Amino acid sequence: MSTPTPPPPLVVGPLTRTDFVRYQGASGDMNPLHHDEVFARSAGYDAPLAIGMLNAGLLATYATDWLGPENIRRFRIRFKEQVWPGDTVTCTGTVVKEYEQDGDNYVDVELTCTRQTGGVAVQVWATFIQEAQ
Amino acid sequence: MANAEATGRTGTPYEVAIERGKILEFAAATHSANPAYWQDPNPVIPPTFLTVQMFWAEWAEQLGTGGDPNPWHHVELDQQRGMHAEQEYIFHGPPPRAGTKLTAQSRIGEIYDKQGRKGGTMTFAVMITEFRDETGRLVAEARLTGVETGRVPEETS
Repeated sequence: MSTPTPPPPLVVGPLTRTDFVRYQGASGDMNPLHHDEVFARSAGYDAPLAIGMLNAGLLATYATDWLGPENIRRFRIRFKEQVWPGDTVTCTGTVVKEYEQDGDNYVDVELTCTRQTGGVAVQVWATFIQEAQ
Repeated sequence: MANAEATGRTGTPYEVAIERGKILEFAAATHSANPAYWQDPNPVIPPTFLTVQMFWAEWAEQLGTGGDPNPWHHVELDQQRGMHAEQEYIFHGPPPRAGTKLTAQSRIGEIYDKQGRKGGTMTFAVMITEFRDETGRLVAEARLTGVETGRVPEETS
């Protein structure tokens, strides 16, 4: 079993309000903070903020291209910093640990979605089962 | 303010049908071109796809299963100061594929306070959802952690 090498970073952006709405429609979370300018301003924001689960979904895209959608066993997301229209985000990953459990091989990875400012928007800890090679 | 008495509150079970069109819509929205979604007639779900449980909980009444599927509203977090802090998905085997009919059931876990780094009390609440297939096997679990901050949050999204 060789240690899987992370693919090149996934860069997405500049993110638009349309990206937010498309994700909201796909996911079913219609919180107006992410598309309604008036609502967002009344809540104290300058603009609708990106929906955190969109950035988490981009990390999932990066991770499944790397380790395979069928192999995911755990995906734990922490939302850290807000993302705004016009931001460009970069998804990267590193291997944390490889181990065997009940005869199967697993890999734990840490995934990071970073804004163009260097601020970490979303962090994920994921576990994938590894296919025999 | 959050309602601490919501802990342990369990929603009624509701249907979550896994469908190819919805999977492709989700893959497109998350910028995935993976052939496991696009080239398979019965694609596997993306890792965060079960977030669509929100649709199905909302539709339970029209679908005739009715009841009170989403116990989250009993937590009563303020919508303008309420934020998503963490979300976790656990799969007990390969994730489900299009064509699978799951039954979801949600319950409220712990509700607790923490001091924020910039002052003020933050209230956290957890909701656990279990997804079972037609045979009753536990296929996946979702764990949502929400937070209500003392003012407009700057550190969570």
